[in-house]
Amino acid sequence: MSATGIESLAARRAGRPDANAPELAADERRERLHLFGLSLPALLVIGIVAFLPTAWLFWLSFIDEGSFSLAHYERMVREASYLRIFWSTFEISAVVTVIAILLGYPLAYLLSQLSERAASLLLILVLVPFWTSLLVRTYAWLVLLQRRGVINDWLQGLGLVDAPLRLVHNYTGTLIGMTHIMLPFLILPTYAALRTIDRDYLKAAASLGASPLRAFWTVFFPLSLPGLMAGALLVFVLCLGFYVTPALLGGGRVLLVSMKIQQNAGMYFEWGAASAMGVILLVATLGIFWGLGRLVSLDRVMGER
Amino acid sequence: MASNRASVSIAFRSISKHYGTFKALDRIELEIEAGEFLTLLGPSGSGKTTLLMLLAGFARPSSGVIEVAGSDITRMPPHRRDFGVVFQNYALFPHMSVTENVGYPLRMRRCPREEIDRRVADALELVQLGHLAERRIDQLSGGQRQRIALARAVVFSPRVLLMDEPLSALDKKLREQMQIEIRHLHERLGITTIYVTHDQREALTMSDRVAVIDGGRLIQLEEPASLYAHPATRFVADFIGESTLLPVARQAGRFAYGEQPVSIANPVPPGAGEHWLVVRPERLVLLDGAAPDGINRFTGTVEDVVFQGETLLARVRLATGDMLSLRRDTRREVMAGLPRTGEPISLGLAAEETVIVPERAP
Amino acid sequence: MHEPFVPHSRRLWLYAFAALVLVFLVAPVFIVIPMSFSGAQFLTFPPESFSLRWYRNYLESPEWLAATWISLKAAVLTTLVATPLGIAAAYGLNASRTRLATMAQVALVTPLLIPVIILGVGVFYLYVQIGLVNTLLGLVLAHSILAIPFVMVTVTAGLRQFDLNQERVARSLGATRLRAFMTVTLPQLRNSIVAGGLFAFITSLDEVVIALFISSGPQSTLTRRMFSGLRDQVDPTIAAVSSLLIVLSVALLGTAQLLQRRR
Repeated sequence: MSATGIESLAARRAGRPDANAPELAADERRERLHLFGLSLPALLVIGIVAFLPTAWLFWLSFIDEGSFSLAHYERMVREASYLRIFWSTFEISAVVTVIAILLGYPLAYLLSQLSERAASLLLILVLVPFWTSLLVRTYAWLVLLQRRGVINDWLQGLGLVDAPLRLVHNYTGTLIGMTHIMLPFLILPTYAALRTIDRDYLKAAASLGASPLRAFWTVFFPLSLPGLMAGALLVFVLCLGFYVTPALLGGGRVLLVSMKIQQNAGMYFEWGAASAMGVILLVATLGIFWGLGRLVSLDRVMGER
Repeated sequence: MASNRASVSIAFRSISKHYGTFKALDRIELEIEAGEFLTLLGPSGSGKTTLLMLLAGFARPSSGVIEVAGSDITRMPPHRRDFGVVFQNYALFPHMSVTENVGYPLRMRRCPREEIDRRVADALELVQLGHLAERRIDQLSGGQRQRIALARAVVFSPRVLLMDEPLSALDKKLREQMQIEIRHLHERLGITTIYVTHDQREALTMSDRVAVIDGGRLIQLEEPASLYAHPATRFVADFIGESTLLPVARQAGRFAYGEQPVSIANPVPPGAGEHWLVVRPERLVLLDGAAPDGINRFTGTVEDVVFQGETLLARVRLATGDMLSLRRDTRREVMAGLPRTGEPISLGLAAEETVIVPERAP
Repeated sequence: MHEPFVPHSRRLWLYAFAALVLVFLVAPVFIVIPMSFSGAQFLTFPPESFSLRWYRNYLESPEWLAATWISLKAAVLTTLVATPLGIAAAYGLNASRTRLATMAQVALVTPLLIPVIILGVGVFYLYVQIGLVNTLLGLVLAHSILAIPFVMVTVTAGLRQFDLNQERVARSLGATRLRAFMTVTLPQLRNSIVAGGLFAFITSLDEVVIALFISSGPQSTLTRRMFSGLRDQVDPTIAAVSSLLIVLSVALLGTAQLLQRRR
């Protein structure tokens, strides 16, 4: 028995049963610590393999020729080639997001109007590509879009074009591939949000004299916005750091932040430059995820109502 | 399978439980006799379930001592306390059959196979569900699950039986039937039982004594009949049974309702704050003419009369503006004697039936 | 029942549009599989002749088989590392409910939020210093940082559905905390755990970017080999490998989905 134990035993004998607070608090702390300790192996692996190197990159981005410096960041602001890379990354992410909304929202809307059974059957068609390795899907687009690929075959066979179109190893191919990969990330959260909207709202709007189109725009669409925004932000942020698909389908004609980081680190061993770009990408990504977290909790609040 | 162990007493000594600055329990002092059926009664959030969790060992108090049979078990882990627990949602293990569920505590105690089989069969017999031994849990009705949970909690002859709102998920008829069965089970086993409920009628029906808990404090500890007849505070009077509370003031050493002095034959419990006259609707009598001595008189007009089957409830607006409720049985001659809506009425409350309570305990 | 709010005839354009989007979504996946059975050197759809030559090519190539073997080893080991770690973390943090625990929960899913390219560069930099480049251990650890969050999230979701009173009752009935977990909680989390394990396996198997940095030459994973094959020239053998991967992913993740729903 610990010293405090003996003391409190004495105090209790003296008629003070509440004198055992310190030892009970110690028990409580010990139990909490044991439970928390169960997460330590996982925290250790992730801390060492994920956070430590990320922190290291952060550090490296401020080191030039052995001393503290903002040189890497200055270069990024000064050099037109870097600015262009940031701009095209931002641009292609925005374009993919917009296309994904235009393609995904109507589909999500339609699915939300179907019976639960029919919708979950059709959702399989969204999930199968979602579950398929993105490398495999990128490969599929390569095969479909190349000069002697399936699409060009068909277009020529139908007499729509005389010479094969350049569909891949350029901006177009990158856009098609990225949109395809990202589309499920938009459809799934949007669909989930649309499902929770009570159809009685639309009936109420109609009974109050709104045309179906007007009812949609004034009632349904605003209610679906949080889900749609969550999906759109997710797509946008995933595009910002996307590497595999643009690297394979862009054919070197599209240069994004992720690819420049890979070049700097993997080919030229320019850790400083790679780190500085990485830090900017990381800050942007985590910032958007933070905003997304706020939005999704908002979404949940609305869902509970 | 009657418990061959002597039943044990329990004592809470200055038990407090704080979450940050919030006091879930505040210096609870409570002694429970060996073999007693004690109910912890209180509204939700009062701390009654917390107290039960502390006793079971699922949480620990911030300070204070819990004693069982005279020895301190405050820091003992739950698996060594030897208590049977029944939860509101039964918490039966869905991946085990009825037999496996009931045998679980015996397997944990490494009892020999034959003994497990025999005691499980006895326990199932005790709750009259021997024929369901091989069923899966999801094949049982709510009432059956309740009994299996009970069998599992007593099969190992625990020292104490703890029940946390065990009947609240059942419908009214089944609940009333189970109340009586649990009561019988307690009489047969003689096991010290702590029962948590927010249903005051259930508490009055089942218990040897009721501990009323509110805001983390023990407000009153009493046998059901005297708890009903002599509430200690306004909260208890309001929470237990049906009552109307009328504000009274102390004037020259006695209490008065408005200008009218109140005759009272019961001591007023000590306390703080304003005082209230507790009027139970079934204790009122109809007066015609003047009130005899020792009867408090209330006059007013009948606001409405609601027929509720075996009884009816009449609401009366007093001259002071306060409302009073009167409950009568619905025999023809009683109903015929009642004034109708809008008519004047005169009600009497005998001094022996008159109770005045303080706003809160001292 | 489910009566459409607008008559079907007036929203035909919506049906047509949605159908086109669905075709866009599934077409690549469903075109790769038939093409993998093509008999020709150039991939066309529909294939002019059918054969198993690209599958034979795959099975007879020591490089492809070696890469497959490395990927499978990494995926199995990642599952074996990530699943127990993820379960322990999910249980401990779910039960302790402190601010620190909430922060740890956030920290443990953060690897999924960091762009993989940054993790790739970072892990590469770390491994260069400690000599883990091109090792199976390095690969397994790196894949675990992506797999642990999946297991933790899946098991935490399972625990939220699980009635913790069951574990309490088990403890009062005489089981220690560990024994109560093993006999009562764990069997009921089975579906979530299997689902989490399947996520972990597929996460490792499909991972490309980190492998690009830390596995090369004879230590190349399957995806890394595919990536190089795609950059250099489009080898139809990849169609065969891809088809196998599609079938495997859809089967495993479909199972995971069903298990989670049945919880």
